[in-house]
Amino acid sequence: MTKVTMTVNGKSVSAEAEGRTLLVNYLREGLGLTGTHVGCDTSQCGACVVHVDGKAVKSCTVFAMDVAGSEVRTIEGMANADGSLGVVQQAFQDHHGLQCGFCTPGMVMTTAALLANNPKPTEAEVRHELEGNICRCTGYHNIVKAVLAASGQDAGAMAAE
Amino acid sequence: MHNFEFVKPSSIADAVAALAAEGAQPLSGGQTLLPTMKQRLAAPEVLVSLTGIPEMQGVCTGDGGLHIGGATPHAVVAREAASHYPALAALAGGIGDPAVRNRGTIGGSVANNDPAACYPAAVLASGVTVVTSTRKIAADDYFQGMFTTALEEGEFITSVIFRIPQAAAYVKFNQPASRFALTAVFVAKFADGVRVAVTGASNNGVFRWEEAEDALTADFSAGAIAGLTASAEDMISDLHGSAAYRANLVKVLTGRAVTAAR
Repeated sequence: MTKVTMTVNGKSVSAEAEGRTLLVNYLREGLGLTGTHVGCDTSQCGACVVHVDGKAVKSCTVFAMDVAGSEVRTIEGMANADGSLGVVQQAFQDHHGLQCGFCTPGMVMTTAALLANNPKPTEAEVRHELEGNICRCTGYHNIVKAVLAASGQDAGAMAAE
Repeated sequence: MHNFEFVKPSSIADAVAALAAEGAQPLSGGQTLLPTMKQRLAAPEVLVSLTGIPEMQGVCTGDGGLHIGGATPHAVVAREAASHYPALAALAGGIGDPAVRNRGTIGGSVANNDPAACYPAAVLASGVTVVTSTRKIAADDYFQGMFTTALEEGEFITSVIFRIPQAAAYVKFNQPASRFALTAVFVAKFADGVRVAVTGASNNGVFRWEEAEDALTADFSAGAIAGLTASAEDMISDLHGSAAYRANLVKVLTGRAVTAAR
């Protein structure tokens, strides 16, 4: 075991890790940040998406040691400073963009990365960018609405109902 | 997954030294290698990460065409190659999903040579020079069958040099679950001829459809291949599509790529 240090949600943190320790396990077991979920463990579902140096990655398919020293942001870092829900989280709540909620952390993190690059995406762009995030409740329609709302666009104008 | 010693060198020279260790294997973006290790289909004793080497990152023009560092992620190629080689950038932007494109690298994909991966088609159709830690390899000598390449033990791809064609396009028929190519075709038109590379279709991995190349070199239009038939012999047959289905896709997608070429 080696001590691995990185910055998570703005704080310098360290925890013991082996070579094979995945970033998601480092976050969940090493740091107790269990908001990041393991869905498939095969990099298909996107429930484990976090940001590494501003880029969305699947934390089940990255070794913790490979991102030592990086800036990592997880779902726990998405709320406002006063503890209220952040813009993307609030939009998911307002538009019922979740059913069981298991995929939601990854959906929120992918959405935040998408909006950082493309602040006013079209519906088609949102669907394309969420390709790597699977919701097995199949609640995609409201998820797309939530993403559009989080970008400040009129989600009610979506074509399909 | 079995445990291993993790090493992250910051130069090509240090990576070469680290890879000389018994049981050592290079790790690039890991989007294939990590799932493979989880299944215990790979169990390296030492894993040498290539993602911390500045000289293996980025896209720039230079001698021979467009130089892309071996550890450059797909998302960076999609963005930075767009003005130099649009068909290549579009291919990179269509691999996997956004999170996979942020980690997966061109060197990793080309080294792995998955029979359904996108990059091998661009590499073979562009007549690329594969630059490794020890030598330069022409694309035609590099690919040697499914998951098999000219790379020796401990050798890794430091950069890939693309000749830039007059016109090119990549048309991919997605396998919808994996987003790998069920079959895909890269067509590139150069002053000295047309090259057509097919991925996803053959049991031997990526290959050139030379009959179509001859026809398209004479007449660069979808009609020029109307009378040709791609052979179904040695094509992949699985639950997603039969060999004959894939052979037909090869022809249909080649025609579409010629029409789409810019």
